[in-house]
Amino acid sequence: MNANGKRPERKENAVRAFLRLPMVKYVLKRLLIAALTIAVIILALFLLLQFMPGSPFNDEKMSLEQIAAANAKYGLDKPVVIQFFQYFKNMLTGDFGVSYSIAKNVDITTLLNARLPVSLRIGFQAVALGTILGLLLGILAALKHNTFWDTLCTVISVIGVSVPSYVFALGLCYFLAFLLGWFPTLYSDANPILSSVLPTISLSMFTIATIARFTRTEMLDVLGSDYMLLAESKGVYGTRLIWMHAIRNALIPVITVLGPLVVDLMTGSMVVEKIFSIPGIGTLLVQAIQANDYNVTVVLSFVYSLMYVLMMLIVDVLYGIIDPRIRLTKEDG
Amino acid sequence: MNSQNILEVHDLAISFRTVAGTVNAIRGVDLDVKRGKTLAIVGESGSGKSVTVKSIAGIIAGNGVLNGGTALYAMRDKDGNEKVIDLLKLPKKEMRHNINGTHIAIVFQDPLASLNPTMTIGAQIAESMTFHHLYSHAEAHRRTLELLDMVGIAEPERRVRNYPHQLSGGMRQRVVIAIALACEPDILICDEPTTALDVTIQARILELITELQRKMGITVIYITHDLGVVATVADDVAVMYAGRIIEKGTVDDIFYDPKHPYTWGLLSSMPDMDDTSDMLYTIPGNPPNLLHPVVGDAFAPRNAYAMGIDFRKEPPLFKVSDTHYAATWLLDERAPKVEMPKELQRRLARIMKEAQ
Amino acid sequence: MAGDLYKDVGDFEFVGINTENYIDETFASQSYLKDVAGRFMRNKGAIVGLICIAIIVLFAIIGPSLTPYKYYQQDAKSANFAPRIQGVESLGIFDGSETMRTSSKSKTVNKYVNDKKETGYEDTYYWFGSDTLGRDIFTRTWFGTRISLYIALLAVAIDVLFGLSYGLISGYFGGKTDMIMQRIVEIISGIPSLVVVTLLMLVLKPGFLTISIALMVNGWIGMSRIARAQMLKIKEQEYVLASKTLGAKDAFVIFREVLPNVMAQIIITSMFSIPRAIFTEAFLSFVGLGVPAPMASLGSLISDAFKSLTAHPYMILPPIIVLGVLMLSFNLLADGLRDAFEPKMKEM
Repeated sequence: MNANGKRPERKENAVRAFLRLPMVKYVLKRLLIAALTIAVIILALFLLLQFMPGSPFNDEKMSLEQIAAANAKYGLDKPVVIQFFQYFKNMLTGDFGVSYSIAKNVDITTLLNARLPVSLRIGFQAVALGTILGLLLGILAALKHNTFWDTLCTVISVIGVSVPSYVFALGLCYFLAFLLGWFPTLYSDANPILSSVLPTISLSMFTIATIARFTRTEMLDVLGSDYMLLAESKGVYGTRLIWMHAIRNALIPVITVLGPLVVDLMTGSMVVEKIFSIPGIGTLLVQAIQANDYNVTVVLSFVYSLMYVLMMLIVDVLYGIIDPRIRLTKEDG
Repeated sequence: MNSQNILEVHDLAISFRTVAGTVNAIRGVDLDVKRGKTLAIVGESGSGKSVTVKSIAGIIAGNGVLNGGTALYAMRDKDGNEKVIDLLKLPKKEMRHNINGTHIAIVFQDPLASLNPTMTIGAQIAESMTFHHLYSHAEAHRRTLELLDMVGIAEPERRVRNYPHQLSGGMRQRVVIAIALACEPDILICDEPTTALDVTIQARILELITELQRKMGITVIYITHDLGVVATVADDVAVMYAGRIIEKGTVDDIFYDPKHPYTWGLLSSMPDMDDTSDMLYTIPGNPPNLLHPVVGDAFAPRNAYAMGIDFRKEPPLFKVSDTHYAATWLLDERAPKVEMPKELQRRLARIMKEAQ
Repeated sequence: MAGDLYKDVGDFEFVGINTENYIDETFASQSYLKDVAGRFMRNKGAIVGLICIAIIVLFAIIGPSLTPYKYYQQDAKSANFAPRIQGVESLGIFDGSETMRTSSKSKTVNKYVNDKKETGYEDTYYWFGSDTLGRDIFTRTWFGTRISLYIALLAVAIDVLFGLSYGLISGYFGGKTDMIMQRIVEIISGIPSLVVVTLLMLVLKPGFLTISIALMVNGWIGMSRIARAQMLKIKEQEYVLASKTLGAKDAFVIFREVLPNVMAQIIITSMFSIPRAIFTEAFLSFVGLGVPAPMASLGSLISDAFKSLTAHPYMILPPIIVLGVLMLSFNLLADGLRDAFEPKMKEM
């Protein structure tokens, strides 16, 4: 109440109204956490670098002046805190420095650009294959509960989850490629599709297993729910019943499983790439580790972490969009 | 089939296959539902009330087995011609296409669980209309708005786009009722429609159903364990225990002249403000485990008036009047004369005097 | 039988049921643990898993002593010998011969017994064959299993200890402490654990103990969440206790209340964590960050054998089979335990 005893008018600030939307609040919160996580990662990596021996560049063959100049360029002569901010900025702008031992003094960014596309492509193929097959298997297993399909799904799930992807890779490589010769044993750019089949299958096994099992559980849950019963009592039948009332509800939580799956894919890719000699960032990381090239290792760790954080963010936001219970509240609509 | 009845159930027997064995959930149920009237089915949890109506509507769980019985439905088409069909013999597809939604509809107990969380309520209401090809999409939409108005939901145009979680409990149940009535069914089955709601909302929902019944001339079957609800809405009452109907009659028969000791127990356990005693009466014990076959009267172990024969032979339905039947050996001519407990007599007398 | 219950009472005589002393006919109640054990026993997968684990553990203990070779014992001249088992060899399998394949042709070779010349190894029997340095694979496999299991168990133990404490503390103090601790967890869980493990190994330098410590990164968050959830649940009941003024005995009571309830969940999660730990260790080995030579672990064995995959496929089989069976069995076991402690509702 102002001096006149009347209520002052409250203009609804458009921005404030927008910010109050639960969806927006949700996304902003997720963005904030993601940003914080990345900051923490950069900090951790920076600290790690301080402890690891070796310098950011190979100074064996450089003259003293060159070393001094390089030191100045990387700010190594400044106090640690300032170095950190410099490092922070560098990481975020993609100025990753040079490789120490694998490719002496070559820009790491160059190495990345050459390697990243292949890994991304195969990773994406694995996710797509795994998700689609996993969903189909899970839905089928739930619809044909306690029959052959159900048992098959359970068996595949347990095996796929327990056996590491590189065991599959080794097995597939040996039997289908080496013995039977159906597929090439090594990846080559000359034959990108055919030679990526085996690696894709090996990487996707875990995804298929996890998603199939999860989908099956969710579907069973949904199939026994009250709203299914109500739909049937309305007379809804057949495909529409399964799709509109069962699958649409069962699928929503599946997205949450996708995030952690990506982790396994990333790590699995390191070994699978080595087995099939795929020129991707996985083999690069393994090489870097074995050659004690800390610069490359740290940068690649950062890249992996970044991908993971981004993936989790996308999954979280997607989930918020798809589930109307999160997207809208009582005041909306 | 009696011309007054829209539904007649004879000798219904249903069992369920479970991991622990076979459960005989329904052991011989006979029901008559009069056209245009309200029947209340009363009983404890586990007595088989829900299973009975679900079997009539053809939505029994997968492990249910029909062991016998008929459910005769006098179906009237738009020209007034009547055809009697046995609902239990219909194959599932026909049941869904011809009966569910269009002639028999159900309102379940928990409105939040009954509604699909990922479909707007407008879509859910319209679904039965469009799925049965009764209306075009545009007509269905118009009719959805009408229905929302009919069940008392304000601002239908806005609400149509809402999702179930955006509505309050009472509103959700109204939506479920709207869904049930969308295709103008003959029979509306309400399975404890108000148990999950606040007491104040309960009364409003009951009012709504009664009003709609009056307007549309539908037959209503109520399932409840709340005798207060029965007294308010029912024309006829059937009391179920352990998978059998143990007493049935008009609401006056049951409330003013109950004959079965279980019914006495139920009526005695209704909390009464004017009751001077300081203890609430309850029927001791629990309903029997229907995994085991029942010998004799299922209620006998909890029956203070049990006789030897109650443990040996199951009592048939004895006729008390044209409308009133009870399955208790006490009505056999050889049995000693037993009157209902004194406190119950006094209470019922008091209620009768107040009603006059 | 109910029918005979009152057979002396006449048909229309009152039985005289004293409804006040009514005794319910109920199911025989069992103790909780017996229930759980019963459900577990009925789960075939879990039993199979348990048996497999038992067998593998048995061999891990006694395996290396069954052969005359030590796990580090090298013999350059007997490198890359195929498997040969006494007795069975007369059947034509495991007789020390192997088929060397290239993409164009194959040739069968037996390095133990050769018609043409004396090899000096006629009396040598490598049950699983020998590796590139002439070490007996059988001995090394079971020794490696031992190491892998040690590492996994140690890692899970550290997981439980750290995670349990973190969760209990976070839940107990609540308020700001809880909020901060949970924010930290949220951010840390945003970092892929394998990256963390790899980096830790780079800094700590591979070794038995350091690997175990690095592995704990994987599971402690899950443990802490379980512990915290339990603690919060108990705390709500604690307010009832508080009204009876327990005073300084709070801490003890809470631990006594929380721990037993938490135990079931912790055990189940641990059972799932063990295969994860074994897998991660194997992964580290494959990448070159595993146990240092001459120690062996399942992972390092697979890594070594991989180099000769196409030439001598038998080398990779034992460790891979043991690894696969171990992981499968633990998963089945953990699944069975979870179902035993929290049975899903069956159809009614």
